[in-house]
Amino acid sequence: MCIAIPGKITSILNENTATVDIGGIKRKVNLDLIGGADSSLIGRYALVHVGYAISLVSDEESEEILKLLRDVMNLS
Amino acid sequence: MENIEQKLISRINEHATPLRIMHVCGTHERTISKYAIRDVISEDIQLLSGPGCPVCVTPAEDINFAIALARSGKVITSFGDMMRVPGTAGSLFDARSEGCDVRMVYSIDDAIRIAEDNQTQEIVFFGIGFETTAPSNAAALLRGVPENFSILTSHKLMPPAMEILTQDTKVDGFLAPGHVSTIIGTDPYEPISKKGFPIVVTGFEALDVLLGIAMIQNQIESGSSSVENAYPRAVNAEGNIKAREMMYQVFKQTDTKWRGIGMIENSGLALRTEFEQFDASNVHAEIYEKVLHDRKVSETDSNRTGLYEECMCAEILTARAQPSQCPFFGGRCSPEDPVGPCMVSLEGTCYNWYKYRHNKGI
Ligand code: SF4
Repeated sequence: MCIAIPGKITSILNENTATVDIGGIKRKVNLDLIGGADSSLIGRYALVHVGYAISLVSDEESEEILKLLRDVMNLS
Repeated sequence: MENIEQKLISRINEHATPLRIMHVCGTHERTISKYAIRDVISEDIQLLSGPGCPVCVTPAEDINFAIALARSGKVITSFGDMMRVPGTAGSLFDARSEGCDVRMVYSIDDAIRIAEDNQTQEIVFFGIGFETTAPSNAAALLRGVPENFSILTSHKLMPPAMEILTQDTKVDGFLAPGHVSTIIGTDPYEPISKKGFPIVVTGFEALDVLLGIAMIQNQIESGSSSVENAYPRAVNAEGNIKAREMMYQVFKQTDTKWRGIGMIENSGLALRTEFEQFDASNVHAEIYEKVLHDRKVSETDSNRTGLYEECMCAEILTARAQPSQCPFFGGRCSPEDPVGPCMVSLEGTCYNWYKYRHNKGI
């Protein structure tokens, strides 16, 4: 139920709907909760939950995680 | 990546001290069970499963209300997991086999489409879920829904439940739910951490969970307790402000009952008066009042309503017992024929223990 899956926004269909690609499967997703559709979103990853994008996934993900991992390991 | 996971496991085990870490998210239980994380980390570190499965904590009377609506000829729509969870007597699937019109949907938008396509019928969407799910229902209502559509709201808010668990269960720290936190951010956990509970917002890969555990260990070792974010790719301190604004434009906080726990102050969402024409308990008030009345007549122990006497879901949802302690686990109770809600849902603790119990190692 709280499962949210990252999908890549591939096209904008109307003011609040886009198509996302989730592991090769295309789905319609509602963008109201992230401020509606905007062509700048194409190519970005969104977390999709019950048909709605609930947040955009940051592109700098790996850097931040690597920093956290380094911090944890350094203390060991 | 595997190498980093192994390093994290060694790091966790080298620093192991007796620790009770609770997660409050069914998806975390899935990751922990699937990758057998309990088997690869020191036995000193107990990973406790809290009330993180939305269908498991949905009180029996809400399911009873949905069934009563179905029996009175309304079309009931909800997510698949919700269909199989028993109320006081039977589930929505049982109602469907009696001939009631009960339909599984993937999103509230599917339920709205059913209402648009069947204008002579009354369609009720059984809206469950935590802060992750409630905003989508708010967005739909704000866009506008047909007159023959209403929502049975049974949403729950996580921080008030965590507050209660710090008082009722022995717990040293929390892995906070990553997807709930995309909406609420990390700030709402601050009051809990200030009481001395380390909190790490955690993602859903094995690596994320191991990192969350190590970060809690670090806090405990240094004698501190704060809120840290180990899921920065999706979560920030303030969360999704837009989604929260929409949620509170449509809903207001209210006291609500959690199956297995009981009433928790301000832990639920009720539709605001401006939306009462879409509130199933208002639109179908007569049926609702009758269900409430019947509950009062039959109820003895409120937390256990609708559970078989031997089912230990109430204890499992509050980490006072593990599935293997239940006499029904894996025998009388299995995902094919579940006795309690914890065995029904993909996010239920019993379900995950059953499904992944032969899975060892990462
Ligand atoms: S194994 Fe089944 S009966 Fe036992 S606690 Fe879990 S859901 Fe309830």
